[in-house]
Amino acid sequence: MKRMIATIAIGLAASLSATAASAQATLNNVKQKGFLTCGSNTGLAGFGVPDAQGNWTGLDVDLCRAIAAAIFNDPTKVRFIPLSAKDRFTALQSGEVDVLVRNTTWTMSRDTQLGLDFTGVNYYDGQGFMVRKKLGVSSAKELNGASVCTQQGTTTELNLADYFRANNMKYEVVAFVGADETFDAYNAGRCDAFTTDASGLYATRLKAASPEEHIVLPEIISKEPLGPSVRHGDNQWGDIVRWTHYAMLNAEELGVTKANVDQMTKNDNPEIKRLLGSEGKFGEAIGLTNDWALRIVKHVGNYAEIFEKNVGSGSQLKIQRGQNALWTKGGLQYAPPVR
Amino acid sequence: MPTIAEQAPARASLLYDPKVRAIAYQVVLTVVVVGLIYTAASNAVANLRAARIASGFGFLNTTSGFDINQTLIPYSAAGSTYGEAFIVGLLNTLVVAVIGIFFATILGFTVGIARLSKNWMISKLAMVYVEVIRNLPLLLQLLFWYVAVLAALPGPRQAVNVGDMFFLSNRGLLLPAPILHTGARLIPAAFVIGIVATIVFARWARRQQEATGRQYPVGLTAVGLILGLPILVWLLIGLFVGNPITFDVPRLQGFNFRGGMQVFPEFVALLVGLTTYTAGFIAEVVRAGILAVSKGQTEAASALGLRPGHILRLVVIPQAMRVIIPPLTSQYLNLTKNSSLAVAIGYPDLVQIFMGTVLNQTGQAVEVVAITMAVYLTISLLTSAVMNVYNRRMAIVER
Repeated sequence: MKRMIATIAIGLAASLSATAASAQATLNNVKQKGFLTCGSNTGLAGFGVPDAQGNWTGLDVDLCRAIAAAIFNDPTKVRFIPLSAKDRFTALQSGEVDVLVRNTTWTMSRDTQLGLDFTGVNYYDGQGFMVRKKLGVSSAKELNGASVCTQQGTTTELNLADYFRANNMKYEVVAFVGADETFDAYNAGRCDAFTTDASGLYATRLKAASPEEHIVLPEIISKEPLGPSVRHGDNQWGDIVRWTHYAMLNAEELGVTKANVDQMTKNDNPEIKRLLGSEGKFGEAIGLTNDWALRIVKHVGNYAEIFEKNVGSGSQLKIQRGQNALWTKGGLQYAPPVR
Repeated sequence: MPTIAEQAPARASLLYDPKVRAIAYQVVLTVVVVGLIYTAASNAVANLRAARIASGFGFLNTTSGFDINQTLIPYSAAGSTYGEAFIVGLLNTLVVAVIGIFFATILGFTVGIARLSKNWMISKLAMVYVEVIRNLPLLLQLLFWYVAVLAALPGPRQAVNVGDMFFLSNRGLLLPAPILHTGARLIPAAFVIGIVATIVFARWARRQQEATGRQYPVGLTAVGLILGLPILVWLLIGLFVGNPITFDVPRLQGFNFRGGMQVFPEFVALLVGLTTYTAGFIAEVVRAGILAVSKGQTEAASALGLRPGHILRLVVIPQAMRVIIPPLTSQYLNLTKNSSLAVAIGYPDLVQIFMGTVLNQTGQAVEVVAITMAVYLTISLLTSAVMNVYNRRMAIVER
């Protein structure tokens, strides 16, 4: 139903609005309505999941909160719209959400054909497989003939086809709309293997009745750079989303944390001064106030803090930084400087 | 001074001529509607272009890159296009709709008649069935059937094995697949000839009965012609040419079965769900139709000495059909449209494949939704057309 409404909305919006949405509209729009609408996962532990009280937590969720903090100086001014994998782009295109931060893989076709712009990578991931231990499989190469459950409308579905074809193996794909239905079918024995991004596998395994009965196979079969996306054409809005992520990375690199950010404003390091807005007018250049990054770190934290809290050592997932470490520590997370 | 009657009617202004007015209104309305559609379409194209969203129908020829497990035509991620994925989805929808309509009709008529039975137990059972099925949401029932089907069945390694030929597991039902050799096409040909011969014979038998009162065993002859003829052909080819059909028997290899034909649990769950649900409604339609036939008809028939079965078949049902067919058509349409709920249980129907994966992959919402709506509209209109023809044939012939 939601898909239908979104689709009709996009059709109507596309056909009846005489001019396309003007380029700089999103920020004004968000300011006017007083909150940010953020397209989120329907429930993926560590990335975007509502708890029993309806409070959202996760790495993606914190990026949305950081954007809200930068705009409103209040990280709670976000409304989360849970979206299934296949509905997410329509929701962004039609304007139902201002930004899509929903563990979405950045691919060329999505970037160029869907009317979207990806603004960065907030988590480097790769696709993996989970199987039941008693199946006696230790490598994805042994999955010849397996039934595989996956979520439709994902890059996962496409990589799966590529991988089995490249390795000359047969398989049967069973595709579902939602992550929960997919896992339920796997759990009920409909499939031998369950596939999604590696981070998602660990998060999903926690949902199983007894997680120790399932193992994640060692192969990572694809590149899955997950990042936020915005509508194509609103460059100012794209800049805000892009630099919100970079602000958190720069804060980590410069040692600015949620706890010490107020003292850091007195620090003499010119890089810190520029980041926190006591020098230069960087915030105004993207339509915000100059203390935009200060607000982000103060209310949400730097990248290391949100990583550890949501998916790292402070969470149930216990995922290592790995590729998501800063470039200075051998990882891929690298932010251009604020200057 | 001329009287009023002699006065020539004053030439009324064109503005007040009802005929001219009517035509003018039609023209204006047409122009407005066409103009609206044109503006909407051209705006859509312009805005999609401005937003850098691809448009047009070229995507149908692009390689799809994703796999589908249940296909009636050859399909692979490597070489097939979105257009072929569309056909796969369409065929899957049609198959489940046609088979569903077939079984829902049989089950619906049975339950509807059972509800009018004089046997208390049977009529109450039918009533409970109808009330339970009609008053639960279909989506819920589909999920129930899917979960029930999956949970009740063992894994492939513990599959229920019937004579090393049929295997039932949570991967579905595995059957031996026929492999056709020389002459095998004659068998379905014989089958068709059998059906045609049966129809001809039945017509002849009816005319004979009308003319002479003599009855011929139509049922037995039908079985003999429709089943016997193909079997005879099969045996003859087998004797003189060699067995025309061999079977590819499924066997367990690795995780799953290889070879054979597979009936998927998603398909079974959807079929059972749609059939039982629609049958609940058809049962009520049938009951209403039968009750609409006046009691005098039944009494007159039994006064003539017809047995209850004959009364139902020869007197009541033909008259009831006139009441039944129009609402029955609606139920057929409902079943077809409801098959789109397949999306909830992973059956790759048109909506799941085309409105789901293809739309997401290409991002061309306007085109994909338009095509899908056109397809459902076409299927529904065709079904209606066929049922209307049938309805006209069943209607009372006024003499």
